[in-house]
Amino acid sequence: MTNPQMVMYEEEFNQIQAIVVRLVKEANARVVFVIDKNGQEIAKAGETDQLDTTSLASLTAGNIAATGGMAKLLRENEFTTQFHEGERANIHIQIVGNRVILVVIFDSKTSLGLVRLRVKKASEELNQIFEALLRKVQDPNRETPFAEITDDDIDNLFND
Amino acid sequence: MSFINVLSREINCKIVYYGPGLCGKTTNLQYIYNKTNPDAKGKMISLATETERTLFFDFLPLALGEIRGFKTRFHLYTVPGQVFYDASRKLILKGVDGVVFVADSQIARTEANLESLENLRTNLAEQSYSLDKLPYVIQYNKRDMPSVAPVEELRELLNPNRVPEFEAIASTGVGVFETLKAVAKLVLTEVKRQAG
Ligand SMILES: Nc1nc2c(ncn2[C@@H]2O[C@H](COP(=O)(O)OP(=O)(O)O)[C@@H](O)[C@H]2O)c(=O)[nH]1
Ligand SMILES: [Mg+2]
Repeated sequence: MTNPQMVMYEEEFNQIQAIVVRLVKEANARVVFVIDKNGQEIAKAGETDQLDTTSLASLTAGNIAATGGMAKLLRENEFTTQFHEGERANIHIQIVGNRVILVVIFDSKTSLGLVRLRVKKASEELNQIFEALLRKVQDPNRETPFAEITDDDIDNLFND
Repeated sequence: MSFINVLSREINCKIVYYGPGLCGKTTNLQYIYNKTNPDAKGKMISLATETERTLFFDFLPLALGEIRGFKTRFHLYTVPGQVFYDASRKLILKGVDGVVFVADSQIARTEANLESLENLRTNLAEQSYSLDKLPYVIQYNKRDMPSVAPVEELRELLNPNRVPEFEAIASTGVGVFETLKAVAKLVLTEVKRQAG
């Protein structure tokens, strides 16, 4: 087993961030964020200040994992879209290309229809970026950002 | 699966605390949470039943400092220990970078420890992971209880490969940070190995 690591490079990060920022505007959403299926936050935009996005990311990933498990029991493919309706806030969750999750939080300033429409376009674009990123990460000649670190550096972190 | 963000110079890793029901997994995370500076941790989330048994998982995001400008962030998870929550345990193991097996040192829990360790191996194998290749440490918890098995015995039973092991009393914090640091170090060393 090797557990492939995910690396986010500046170029792709900027592309993803641009899509997320645009989605907030075009869908008239409160918050948009992208996380990976393990609950790691990748990008976010909108009114994220008062929001604990780390917790939300982990819970969303848990939720997607649980629904994925349910789908498997029903011999379904993954349920790619989820929608939770609240009194003031609604959450739209979309799996993108089977590896990342696009989350949109919105209120009555906009509509589910508009959110769906904009999410569809954004997720197609995100999917392409993540496919390119994956090829880059798997390229043996890629930049390796953590390679410069020595065992001593790691030791030092834990000597206090 | 570790996640490195080149732009923000952050490395994110996932560590799972595994073990039989009531061995002290949640207590480990609670102690870490209580003893960590507010700026180094996020909220601890516990998806628990009304009787405080873990239902799905506990989650604690934690920053352990910087290595050459790389912020190291760890997501700590616990699994529910009861046998019937196996489906949930499998989900939580997805993308794991390092495992802590928390054993309950009480003689009466010998079977439960063995079963849980076997279950860990099976669930990892389903995702084509192997415990022998994953950063992995063992904690012998509840050393303060009256009828505990000697560590040598626990080692024979649970740690044939002699991975790093720690005696602990999670409720008072003994051994808790030692365990965390050991697994975090193994995880970072593995990340470096893969990068290098
Ligand atoms: N005496 C003693 N009690 C402990 C220790 N660690 C945990 N406990 C107690 O054991 C019970 C179960 O712990 P918990 O962390 O919920 O177990 P989990 O099911 O593994 O998450 C709680 O009442 C804890 O306070 C320990 O080292 N010594
Ligand atoms: Mg628990």
